[in-house]
Amino acid sequence: MSAPIDNPLVEFRDVSFSHAGSSAPVISHLSFTVQQGETLVLLGKSGCGKTTTLKLINRLLLPGSGQVLVENKPTAEWNPIRLRRRTGYVIQEGGLFPHFTVERNVGLVPSLEQWDEGRIKNRVNELLSLVGLEPNEFANRYPAELSGGQRQRIGVARALAAEPPLLLLDEPFGALDPLTRASLQKEFGELARRLKKTAVFVTHDVREALLLGSRIGLMDKGQLLMLETPENFLKSKNDLALAYIETLGLALANQNPVEGRA
Amino acid sequence: MNFLHFLQENWPELLTHLREHVELVLISTGVAVLIGIPTGILLTRKKSLRGPVLGIANVMQTIPSLALFGFLIPLPFIGGIGARTAIVALVLYSLLPIIRNTVTGILGVDANVREAAVAMGMTGRQVLRQVELPLAMSVIVTGVRVALVIAIGVTTIAAAVGAGGLGVFIFRGLRQYDNNLLLAGAVTAALMALTADFGLGLIERHFSVGRRRKASTTSGRKKFAVAVTIAIVIAVITGIFVGSRDSRSYRSQQKGPRVVVGSKDFTESALLGEIVAQLLEARGVAVERNFELGGNLPHDALLAGRIDLYPEYTGTSYTAILKHSPITDPRAVYEQVKKEYAEKFDVVVSEPLGFDNTFAILVRGADARRLQLKTISDAVPYARNWRAGFGQDFMSRADGYAGFSKAYGLKFAEVREMDLSLTYIALSSGQVDLIAGNSTEGRIAALDLVQLEDDRHYFPPYEAVYLVRRESFARVPAISEVLAKLAHAISTEEMRQLNYEVDANKRGQAEVVREWLKRKGFE
Repeated sequence: MSAPIDNPLVEFRDVSFSHAGSSAPVISHLSFTVQQGETLVLLGKSGCGKTTTLKLINRLLLPGSGQVLVENKPTAEWNPIRLRRRTGYVIQEGGLFPHFTVERNVGLVPSLEQWDEGRIKNRVNELLSLVGLEPNEFANRYPAELSGGQRQRIGVARALAAEPPLLLLDEPFGALDPLTRASLQKEFGELARRLKKTAVFVTHDVREALLLGSRIGLMDKGQLLMLETPENFLKSKNDLALAYIETLGLALANQNPVEGRA
Repeated sequence: MNFLHFLQENWPELLTHLREHVELVLISTGVAVLIGIPTGILLTRKKSLRGPVLGIANVMQTIPSLALFGFLIPLPFIGGIGARTAIVALVLYSLLPIIRNTVTGILGVDANVREAAVAMGMTGRQVLRQVELPLAMSVIVTGVRVALVIAIGVTTIAAAVGAGGLGVFIFRGLRQYDNNLLLAGAVTAALMALTADFGLGLIERHFSVGRRRKASTTSGRKKFAVAVTIAIVIAVITGIFVGSRDSRSYRSQQKGPRVVVGSKDFTESALLGEIVAQLLEARGVAVERNFELGGNLPHDALLAGRIDLYPEYTGTSYTAILKHSPITDPRAVYEQVKKEYAEKFDVVVSEPLGFDNTFAILVRGADARRLQLKTISDAVPYARNWRAGFGQDFMSRADGYAGFSKAYGLKFAEVREMDLSLTYIALSSGQVDLIAGNSTEGRIAALDLVQLEDDRHYFPPYEAVYLVRRESFARVPAISEVLAKLAHAISTEEMRQLNYEVDANKRGQAEVVREWLKRKGFE
């Protein structure tokens, strides 16, 4: 399966970026598109520029040169507040507000958007059910009273709250134990397919990339080495891709995630 | 008199000073919060300002409080004597912990959480109000708590600049050797600090988030506890204010002219202030007492119109205020002071009250008898092995230690600078061997101390007089009437006796003065 290629939600046009006061570019000459409804996974080692790429999309950073277009408009021309409220953002450990209850965390963007209270409440309940948490039990808890997996579910629910057309996820499951991670990956995959959300997902875990990605972008030293479907990624002769595939080892032989996806 | 009895008797005054103390602390901490928190927030936004501003706040806090009050007194607008100066100093002291904790609290907010807030589409203002401030609040409250406790402590020193507060008791207690006074001031201030610390501790815990937060029922109970604590604090403060209002309204209800009587911060000066105050009150004048003014504060206050009159000594005016070198002819000193005060300050000098409060060089009675000491010159050969104890005033003034030791060729084994009122006890208990006290000190006889004659006539005359603003003199006719009555009316023995009643017998000034006026038939 491959995504339609004529309807980009996000487009990078020859984008370079370096931090203030530093000459070494964090990313250089990046060009790619994210199509409506696809989950694009950026795979790479830490420091390869994948998180920076993500932050360029919701204008936490602005490109040094080139353009990042969201819905065909350069991010520099977007009102950053409007852009961010139309973009769900999930980070490791969820980045939940420790002084807000689960309900206020999840209802944050709707309340910033001044939805009325009843509507927010309904939406929160709906989302908690969607991520598999019983609203009556969890709505009034604080993040410190949740397990890591539960916090991550809340993080996803919060990102989805105001029905943004685009989701950005920065290693959301990285800090979880392997079993919890596996089940959350599976659930997220199903959720993304069912909601037909467009998502950009950053990870250093090749299994996660193969499991969730419609396409996988392999990044190294601020450059995009390749952008391929999981099937083509596994056939790649690129050295770095081969190194990643190598790490799958026996686990891949047993699970065969490619067939699992079909 | 035991402590409880003392409290019972002095309850209204304690309440008044407690109210002043609470006012000073609340106003100054409030202002410090209003300045400190926005400054702290600004510093988290402007990194380049952080070092300089925190540095300045740091320096403010290292200035000893008494010195800071001293710096502020001569400044226009923010200086002078009274509550305003005290509040300025207290605000300067309270700023550092508040600014620093605001900066630390906000910068300490988890970077992930702040980034999430921005990425959710919060505006800068929303990030500050909904995320940074709430998460930093417990740290900021800790800063306020520290500032408040510091302010309660430093406010006790505000009494030295005439701002009132519990320090009035402490200063008076130190001067009069009265532990009840000391305790009343110190224990009350300490209790106040503990209460404030405890109360803000609860509020701080209320604001802390994360692990400590339990199920919602506990949080409800905690909210209740905080509410009860705040209610109690408010009730206590209200009680203090209502309770101390009587003395205030009493004053303002009186008809007729109003006079502010000042005095220096020692018993004799306060007694002389009280004498004139009671005589004025007997003539229907409303009197506000502003006693306990240290150093040259009464002079500044008189010129600034904050007080209408205060008792002074001609020698002090002549040397310390008018900056003449000491001379020994009492009449010449008096006439010169009278003339110059009229010309320079528009101040009227009353007739002398009848006694001279000069420096009295004192030794232990036992030493005087054993060594047959009568005059200061007699003591010169022994001084080489003696330790001397002198008040700060004597050490620093023109007619004090430097000239005195030169005039007599005196050399001591050791000279200790200490609080004047402590020197008497230090002498009688053998800690020092010679002191420069006041000739009218009440305890001279009681402690078996002997005054050595000033055989070289070094010390200038210190005749007691009242200094009155000309404007007040004209406005309130009762003043000249009262001063005429007091001319040459108080002998040195009488003054010693009055001082003794207050300092040694621990009786109230007002009561001692009332008795004396009655005895003299002055009422």
